[in-house]
Amino acid sequence: MTDDRAFSRRDLLRLGLTAGAASLAGACGWQGGPLLPLLRGASRLNDAVGEKVLLGSHRLAPQYPVSARTPERYFPAYSITHPLPELQEPESWALEVGGLVRKPVRLTLEMLQALPRVRYTVKHHCVEGWSAIATWTGVPVSSVAALVEPTAAARYLRFDTFDRGYFNGWDLKSAMHPQTILAYAFNDRPLTAAHGAPLRLYSPIKLGYKLTKYLTKMSFTAERPGGYWEDQGYPWLGGV
Amino acid sequence: MAEEPAEAAPEPVAAEPAAEPEPVEAAAPEPIATPEPVAPPEPPPAVSPARRPLVKRHHWIVRAAHWLNAVLLAGMVMSGLQIYRAFPHFGLRGGPYYANHWDGKPFPRWATLGGWLAGGLNWHFALAWPFVLTGLLYLGYLLFSGEWRSLLFRPRDVPRAMQMQLYYLRLRKEHPPQGKHNALQKAAYSSIVLLGALSVLTGFAVYKPVQLHWLTAAFGGYELARYWHFWAVWIFIAFTLVHVALVFLVDPASLRAMITGWYRGRFPSHD
Repeated sequence: MTDDRAFSRRDLLRLGLTAGAASLAGACGWQGGPLLPLLRGASRLNDAVGEKVLLGSHRLAPQYPVSARTPERYFPAYSITHPLPELQEPESWALEVGGLVRKPVRLTLEMLQALPRVRYTVKHHCVEGWSAIATWTGVPVSSVAALVEPTAAARYLRFDTFDRGYFNGWDLKSAMHPQTILAYAFNDRPLTAAHGAPLRLYSPIKLGYKLTKYLTKMSFTAERPGGYWEDQGYPWLGGV
Repeated sequence: MAEEPAEAAPEPVAAEPAAEPEPVEAAAPEPIATPEPVAPPEPPPAVSPARRPLVKRHHWIVRAAHWLNAVLLAGMVMSGLQIYRAFPHFGLRGGPYYANHWDGKPFPRWATLGGWLAGGLNWHFALAWPFVLTGLLYLGYLLFSGEWRSLLFRPRDVPRAMQMQLYYLRLRKEHPPQGKHNALQKAAYSSIVLLGALSVLTGFAVYKPVQLHWLTAAFGGYELARYWHFWAVWIFIAFTLVHVALVFLVDPASLRAMITGWYRGRFPSHD
């Protein structure tokens, strides 16, 4: 009887432990190897679900009282350039708005500030897991879009910067959200260099790495633009 | 690189291994430790009175879901610990932070999956699909087959659980009669499913705190949802350690049952 048994408990235990150890040894710190394309595919699927199913075009992020603001010294500010990206000639800066539009324009800071203004105190969600509250003021991206009249072929927005090639791609649904703005003030004062002066993208419906600082250009495109972090593997949609 | 599994070889946990096998119907007592021949997965031929009956215990869907879940849960936990490295605190930036033994301490690389934050995120959000689908398959099977009756802990199980506890404390001699599982097992298996559901819900609350604002608010806000999501990890790990230890210390035959579906062990169902 004992000879024809397939395996004993002891064998099973040994097999289980070996397999467990092997899979963990292979896994620790593992990015995915041959499975990477599969992981990227799943990320695209999550982007699609995030944009088409979970994202409400008019669902507003909750606002907070000014007293809930995170002390500024605790509000982190990231940039690619170090110490900080700064313009050589701030006076000659203007935002170029173009791509698949009927009326491309160059908008100076004064022109942007003359457009409809949105101010809110909202929670910032970083992909790293931290959160912080601040007040932002700016012009809705949808108001700028109305000026330039995107063509029917436009499906995405690309944002370029003077921060060493940092750029971002956005879906139009998120970009046209009423709380998505080109911000020029942080906690009721003009943006500082640390927070993206003179102009940055802001929205409480996206993770921080989608909120492009140091803007130079905003272009409507037909193809999905990548992004500085997104091209390295971060989720493209980055919606919260 | 890990040399040993995180879910660890069952250390000699101070569990209650029920020293002697309790008399099971007509079966003559037999030393538990003797390895038993593994019979082909068919009803046993001519059962000798010395042998316990071989019974079909787990449907293949339950077995597949169990082992899939084990692998997926390990992946979810490890990629989650990778994500935790990026900001090892709970609370709004600047604090105060919620009580956390691991505050400011990233977990060692051998316990993580993904290599860096983006890798951890991609694993976590990819594995979340099969993790949820496996859970739904399992629950769907329980509902459809009616097997939920032998697993769901209900009010009438409370006194039975107390009897079971008395037995384990050796304040009661005989093992209380049970169905497929005893009342304490029912409590454990019911609450772990609840924990799975909570970990998925807190996960969604952290994933889309604006779009699913009502859900995030139900857990006390983004920072607390993240905190509960992290706590679920430790309950899962504690459950797994005890679960594996009890399998080997109390009812090793149940391991075979979870692999082949057939059970020949000390705890036949009295149903």
